[in-house]
Amino acid sequence: MVSETNNATLVYERPESLTEMPTFYCPGCTHGTAHRLVAEVLDEMGIRETTIGVAPVGCSVFAYNYFNHDYVEAAHGRAPAMATGIKRVLPKKMVYTYQGDGDLASIGMGEIMHAAARGENITVIYLNNAIYGMTGGQMSPTTLPNMKTTSTPLGRDVEVAGYPIRMAEIISNLDAVSYVVRRSLHNPANIRKTKKAVKTAFQTQASGMGFSMVEILSSCPTNWKLSPSKSLEFIEEQMIPVYPIADFKVNPEIKNIKG
Amino acid sequence: MVKKLLKGNEAFAEAAIRAGCEGFFGYPITPSTEFLEHMAKRMPELGRGFVQAESEVAAINMVYGAACTGKRAMTASSSPGISLMMEGISYIAGTEVPAVIVNVMRGGPGLGNIAPSQGDYNQMVKGGGHGDYFPIVLAPASVQEAIDYITLAFDLADKYRSLVFVIVDGNLGQMMEPAELPPMRDLDFITPEWAVDGETEGRERRFLSSIYIDPKDEEVTNIRLLRRKLEIEKNEILYHTEEIDDAEIVIVAFGTAGRVASTAVRQARQEGIKVGLFRPITLSPFPYKEIEKLADQAKSMLVAEMNTGMMLDDVSLSVKGKIPIEFYGRMGGITPFPDEILDEIRRINNSPPTDTDFNAREAWLDRLELIIEGEN
Amino acid sequence: MPAKGWIEVNEKYCKGCELCIPACPQDVLAIDQQTITSKGYHPVNLTGPGCTGCAICAVVCPDAALTVYREAKVKKTQSVASPA
Repeated sequence: MVSETNNATLVYERPESLTEMPTFYCPGCTHGTAHRLVAEVLDEMGIRETTIGVAPVGCSVFAYNYFNHDYVEAAHGRAPAMATGIKRVLPKKMVYTYQGDGDLASIGMGEIMHAAARGENITVIYLNNAIYGMTGGQMSPTTLPNMKTTSTPLGRDVEVAGYPIRMAEIISNLDAVSYVVRRSLHNPANIRKTKKAVKTAFQTQASGMGFSMVEILSSCPTNWKLSPSKSLEFIEEQMIPVYPIADFKVNPEIKNIKG
Repeated sequence: MVKKLLKGNEAFAEAAIRAGCEGFFGYPITPSTEFLEHMAKRMPELGRGFVQAESEVAAINMVYGAACTGKRAMTASSSPGISLMMEGISYIAGTEVPAVIVNVMRGGPGLGNIAPSQGDYNQMVKGGGHGDYFPIVLAPASVQEAIDYITLAFDLADKYRSLVFVIVDGNLGQMMEPAELPPMRDLDFITPEWAVDGETEGRERRFLSSIYIDPKDEEVTNIRLLRRKLEIEKNEILYHTEEIDDAEIVIVAFGTAGRVASTAVRQARQEGIKVGLFRPITLSPFPYKEIEKLADQAKSMLVAEMNTGMMLDDVSLSVKGKIPIEFYGRMGGITPFPDEILDEIRRINNSPPTDTDFNAREAWLDRLELIIEGEN
Repeated sequence: MPAKGWIEVNEKYCKGCELCIPACPQDVLAIDQQTITSKGYHPVNLTGPGCTGCAICAVVCPDAALTVYREAKVKKTQSVASPA
């Protein structure tokens, strides 16, 4: 994407697949980073004009305002079902959901598991920040043990509130899925790796290889009550030990995709 | 084309296919399952979308997604399944995308049973999901009518960007009777200008959502939906009448109950009783005015339903106290016999009611107790 | 000689989250306390020379608020590109 203007080479600019609307996300929230990566991938693959996104309920409920392509807004947790409906009548379009951990791993557990089990040829961008952001910081299914939230004021007690759910690991056990990995947004190197995974996920769909999901560890400075920088440290030091960055399922055919 | 002996649910499903349905998403539930089974066979062989979903919740949200693309999409279920779908139904209404839902009603509440019922009248006609919206509700009384009105349902859904329910009961779903299917229509629909079809080249991006964060915007939407309802009321009311011109007793009944009442009316006419049948086909919009007109001509009405008198309330609103209204209902999955209605007609004919201000339900419950005793 | 670069900060998007500041390998980014954006944030800005146009700031920016340029090696890139 290097282009020339006068004596200046443009190294990076805001992707075309984002609209001009500033996001409502809090300063330093890495939802924006994930949006940007998806948009960059759509630009690079040249698929902005043939892609349909499905927004969730949660902080990214307004994702459809930020992406410069066709979008629908799902009921809480139902994005994979809605995406299924779209993909089954428009199989040639690129269809993806963008969901958080409350949406995907709690209320939408049924829909995500079965979309994956069917090998639905869609891409799922799953942001895991271990908390309900929009409602003000309650425990989510991925909240870490002992982590304080407004609904676990003394910390998540695993004896009564159970343990975090590792969605990438669980979904990777389903036969029909082609690409399931976990990535993180806590530093530049990992952001680049995340982008590469997002691209591979979309390429998996473009090649008709079925279900792809990138679980992305993301920050919530406001509800974690940490600065944006400290939040990235929290991902690295607290979240990654519970949610390891790894490829959990990669269809061997994916290596043959030319990207 | 010649009429063939067709099984209800299968014929309904085939009618939907021939009407251009490109996406069916459902979950098995008695007594509607044959609908899904027929779709499972036919949709893939036609290259159209079919998913047996993991739940009714998922199924309706698949319908929601497919409907957002502008394609004709539908589901079929039965009462408890429809309850589960109410979330998606409200979202579909709020997003103003067309969708057709067939409800093969069964006895309830709760798990109830799998026998035919009309107990979902209020849920279907008055809404059921959260928020202000107005679905169109069609109530056929034969396999042929169901075929015809499923076709009409898709046209109305597209015309008004509306939800359309086609409500039948297990009798019709399971019944075999001679009927004729329409020819297969071409899928040459023009993609509507609101559709999220992922063809962004040369146009602005589109998005579909039921969110209106600013109450002013939500109110604008509520007003638009209400205006649409009023327009539908003006244009789309459907009903069927029998022997109505000189009727002194008018029976109002829909669906299977209407069909049973039709037999009773014919028998009563042979006995010389001036009785007629008014069978609403659109339960929403409800034919209030048409029923009011009958109240100016008839001496009394009898509402017959397979529920506790849900439509009775709408008939009462129509009649405005002009004449007495009696009620006869069977519940719990019991279909009344024509003789039961005939006895009611004879009773009313022998001692015509004059009081317009009595509790029809209480009087009916007293009679029903004796009827049930007699059956046992 | 290291490449010379610079960035433009779009104040419509920058929320002053500061994530780019520690990420910058050249340590040439800081919050501009004198400026307030229309949304009420102090935006980031380039504090002086040293930017190489590496775009790491843009990689970490959650709001796609940064445009990154590098001084072009004019003659070479142009002459290679055209005749082919």
